[in-house]
Amino acid sequence: MESLDQIFVSGKQWLVAFLPETFQPIASILLVITAILGIFATLFAVTTILERKILGRIQNRFGPNRVGPFGFLQPAADGIKMLTKEDIVPRDADKIVHFLAPLALMIPVALALAVLPYGRNMVPVEFDAGLLFFFAVGASTELSVFMAGWSSRNKYSLVGAMRGIAQMISYEVPLVLSTISVIMIVGSLSLVKIVEAQSGFVFGWFPGWHVFTPWGLAGFVLFMIAATAESNRAPFDLPEAESEIIAGYLTEYSGFKYALFFMGEYWGMFAISGLAVTLFLGGWNAPFPFLQFIPSYILFFAKLIALILTFIWMRGTLPRLRLDQLMSFAWKFLLPLALTNIVVAAIWHFSKDLQLPGAPGLRWIFCALVLAIPYVWLGRGIAQAQRTKRIYKFAEN
Amino acid sequence: MEIAFVIIAGLTLGSAIAAMSLRNLVHCALCTVLTFAGLAAMYLQLNAQFVGFAQILVYVGAVAILILFAVLLTRNSETQPNTRIASPSWIVGIFVAISVSGTMIYAVIKSTKLAQALPPVPDATVKKIGEQLMTNYVLPLEIVALLLTAAMIGAVIIAMRDKESQIETNVKPPRRGDAEKEKILRASAPPRRRQI
Repeated sequence: MESLDQIFVSGKQWLVAFLPETFQPIASILLVITAILGIFATLFAVTTILERKILGRIQNRFGPNRVGPFGFLQPAADGIKMLTKEDIVPRDADKIVHFLAPLALMIPVALALAVLPYGRNMVPVEFDAGLLFFFAVGASTELSVFMAGWSSRNKYSLVGAMRGIAQMISYEVPLVLSTISVIMIVGSLSLVKIVEAQSGFVFGWFPGWHVFTPWGLAGFVLFMIAATAESNRAPFDLPEAESEIIAGYLTEYSGFKYALFFMGEYWGMFAISGLAVTLFLGGWNAPFPFLQFIPSYILFFAKLIALILTFIWMRGTLPRLRLDQLMSFAWKFLLPLALTNIVVAAIWHFSKDLQLPGAPGLRWIFCALVLAIPYVWLGRGIAQAQRTKRIYKFAEN
Repeated sequence: MEIAFVIIAGLTLGSAIAAMSLRNLVHCALCTVLTFAGLAAMYLQLNAQFVGFAQILVYVGAVAILILFAVLLTRNSETQPNTRIASPSWIVGIFVAISVSGTMIYAVIKSTKLAQALPPVPDATVKKIGEQLMTNYVLPLEIVALLLTAAMIGAVIIAMRDKESQIETNVKPPRRGDAEKEKILRASAPPRRRQI
């Protein structure tokens, strides 16, 4: 079992050992980069066809079913189509910035994928502050959205870019705040240490993942909502709202540049799902002791795919938010809850050694209550605000 | 190590020069972002992980967007001025620049600190910085936090006041004299720009 779990690590060492001493570090890095690019490009292809199939099922239609068995070769056909399509750049567009925008998205997203622990001893770049690195490079994707929207010289593009930037900046706050509780409990910014902190079992069989604590559950839900907004997916797909602004900042993109943008967004979704798995769902740890024989990387990718399926499910179920709903949801609901969650994490940490009869259960219930009361209260406030008449600042009169 | 430094330094300097000399303001802003990223790479190369990440997070992620928004919201940001970037007073400018940098270089070379042996590399991990911030420097940290909170509340209050006055004008029934007011408002509004 141990050998199967470490097969990729030992395989890499075996391959690298063939080379002379001086080239070994570079060869090792190149192998890891190739593996990441290959795996996530494949996962991207699989996700597109899965998404179209599942959305078809949700909307009571077939989805793609012409290419290959059940249409499962559709991604290959799409790839060939994208590669051979004419690359149209508007006459007035800023050609250099227009060309650089997809690259400015791909580079940070690929960097973010490099710090996730994919399995036991399988982390491409081990940073002492991996989480900080993830958020640092994640924040720079906003720039590519701006570059794409501005350089296209198209009103819809610019509106889409402005919406995208406003949304990404707003939702970055709850995204980062929801992870602070994890940092507080684990006491480290290293993603590897965060995974190791979740490796134990409560009562000997129940997984010790963070999602099974009150602050972890709240943090996970907050994180997933903010992550959906960060990756511009429905119901937060305002920057690309097809029914309002054509395709937002992607309006003037075609051919392979469009494909790159598309892939960059999916990779961003994979990266942030991977982070959610790492922070809250135990990373590569097995859910139950009797499942520990499964190799760690398979467990990680199984959890990752489960989260991706949740994203697809949400996209097929929920209608798009309005811009004012989007903003009030982030600032009036998610942000106060995330702040409350930090306090709850502190309570959880300091009540660890409490000597009372039934202390573990009491602690759980108390922390859950501290979270549930603001949840209900804030939720009612938001619902109340939605019922009052909207005031259009620039459209009325 | 040396090659990496040369590449990063060249990128940083080149983008900084481009940020000063390009015509289009948005291009300048984007080049500034490249400069910030180059500085972050420099910090990372010097093994200062925390400063490097903070540089990317704050400058590339937030300040860059702020600059771009400010440029876009400024009038005539799209038009490209016909005036030459280098003004007639460039001789004076070059003289000042040379004298200042000459003084700096002279001071650095003559400094006695250079002659001493290099101090041992401090082990400034993110964890240590965090511990220092939470123990020795907790008061400055709290003061900065208070300042930022005050700034944020101030921003919210400014935004709220704007909304209230807007409601008032919307609810008020049109009176005589409003037409004139509107005319004045229209006249004082910026002229419509050519398409973006």
